[in-house]
Amino acid sequence: MRVWLPPFLLILLLCGLSLAMPMLEPVFHWMQPDKQSVIYDRDSFLFLLQNHLMLVGISAAVGTVAAVAGGIIATRRSGRDFLPLISQVASIGQTFPPVAVLALAVPVLGFGEAPILVALILYGLLPILRNTLAGIEGINPAVREAGLGMGMSPLQVLVRVELPLAGRVILAGIRTSVTINIATAAIGSTVGARTLGDPVIAGLVNGNTAYVLQGAILIGLLALTADSLFEALERTWERKVSPTATVA
Amino acid sequence: MIELKNVTRRFGETVAVDNINLTIETGEVCVLVGSSGCGKSTTLRMINRLLSHSDGDILVDGQDITTMNPQKLRLNMGYVIQGTGLFPHWTVARNIAMVPRLLKWPKERIDARVDELMTLLGLDPAIHADKFPQQLSGGQAQRVGVARALAADPNILLMDEPFGAVDAITRENLQLEMLRIQQQVRKTTVFVTHDIDEALRLATRIAVMDQGRIIQHDTPENILRRPASDFVENLVGKQDRGLKLMSLRPVRDLMTAHATPRPPEAGAEGLKEEDNVRLALSVMLWRDLPQLAVINARGEETGFITRDSIIGAGA
Repeated sequence: MRVWLPPFLLILLLCGLSLAMPMLEPVFHWMQPDKQSVIYDRDSFLFLLQNHLMLVGISAAVGTVAAVAGGIIATRRSGRDFLPLISQVASIGQTFPPVAVLALAVPVLGFGEAPILVALILYGLLPILRNTLAGIEGINPAVREAGLGMGMSPLQVLVRVELPLAGRVILAGIRTSVTINIATAAIGSTVGARTLGDPVIAGLVNGNTAYVLQGAILIGLLALTADSLFEALERTWERKVSPTATVA
Repeated sequence: MIELKNVTRRFGETVAVDNINLTIETGEVCVLVGSSGCGKSTTLRMINRLLSHSDGDILVDGQDITTMNPQKLRLNMGYVIQGTGLFPHWTVARNIAMVPRLLKWPKERIDARVDELMTLLGLDPAIHADKFPQQLSGGQAQRVGVARALAADPNILLMDEPFGAVDAITRENLQLEMLRIQQQVRKTTVFVTHDIDEALRLATRIAVMDQGRIIQHDTPENILRRPASDFVENLVGKQDRGLKLMSLRPVRDLMTAHATPRPPEAGAEGLKEEDNVRLALSVMLWRDLPQLAVINARGEETGFITRDSIIGAGA
């Protein structure tokens, strides 16, 4: 269980820092002696953290379901024709800048959480889809042939063989997607979503570096935490679901 | 019993299997042999419906396979492929237990069956059961592949170049093992290979295939003695047919038996009754001996075989 220690410590640090940010006032005062207010106080940092996490969590969940489903369809014999289409859609999602998605989505969806959710989902699809395809395509065809040839149904081959074997690679894709989206979610603050980007934007508008720092530090720490959580998850997956000779 | 009646398989314009008729009797080992691309693997994969046939009928125990559920059909057919296809994330025991688990056998029965099969294939359950496939040698992995195919005691065994990817010594051991196991379990077996020696050694009957057609379907001895065409003649090797025929014949056939078995002389080199005549001749030539003692399975000397009797018997 040692793999779970780093993410646990990072979670403690993240929550602690969100709660105790006002106690660091002397430090930020020393950095910016000319400003009256050096601690962002329009919302509590804990609230912003929660909201930020919720946006990333929802987009990651929707993105994962869509991308893994797309990857599975594209690797079935009957769905092979859709492979180019599916990877193109995901590539477009990735190359379209999230800011442009926001600009296009706001007139339709209005201000608030909705447009940033759309942008995050689109932006996070490609890494998950690409890894799902790589993970499933990377399985030795003899393994699939043996499964089918000895009487597994195609669904059993998928659930018992393909997904466990591809799981670690898919998890790595979700990890990339979530880490990118933790940073990207901050721009949601420009269209009225409440995220850890709020202090950054406010700081930029008012020329208050302390605000920018507070937002940026928490976003960075959140990304690190999520990354180490996935690291632990991948290790656990490898040991429990898809063990290999090196672990045994 | 497996019957193929006028079976054809086309891939687009190309005809992979061209109107073949083949009957495989219950308990016999039918070896499909031919060069790559001759349609032998395609034929095998049509029997368990991994490929559908374009024309004709395939019957298993009298029942048309297209009327059967493909999963049910395959659960009653062990399947061994080249490169094993073992599940890398499952232990050896779990791999072997695959079909029994699909059939929802109770756990104790599965465990007992896994132990039994590992022992049958010469793998110590205490050492190998919890290993992962990557930790096995090529020969061990292939044994696990065979054990997995036999797990739920299917009536039919389909083997697609199962020993193609292992080294020559391991392959020979696996072939001998396969003969020994077949003695015990008597599965109706369809075995695909491009190696004519493997075919001659394992087959009850051989079907020689070329360009999607069966050129000759006969016993190993008849294939050697009366090849149906130049193609078959070249395949079996024109010139060393004499020796190949010798290797089909057990020493038992040509030996002079003692009235009663007796304990073997100390230090004397002996042959087993089931060793083939070719081996006997080879040992005699190498040792420069006129005759050799023959030992039975209990270690008693039951007779002797002479160089003259071998040469005299001819091919």
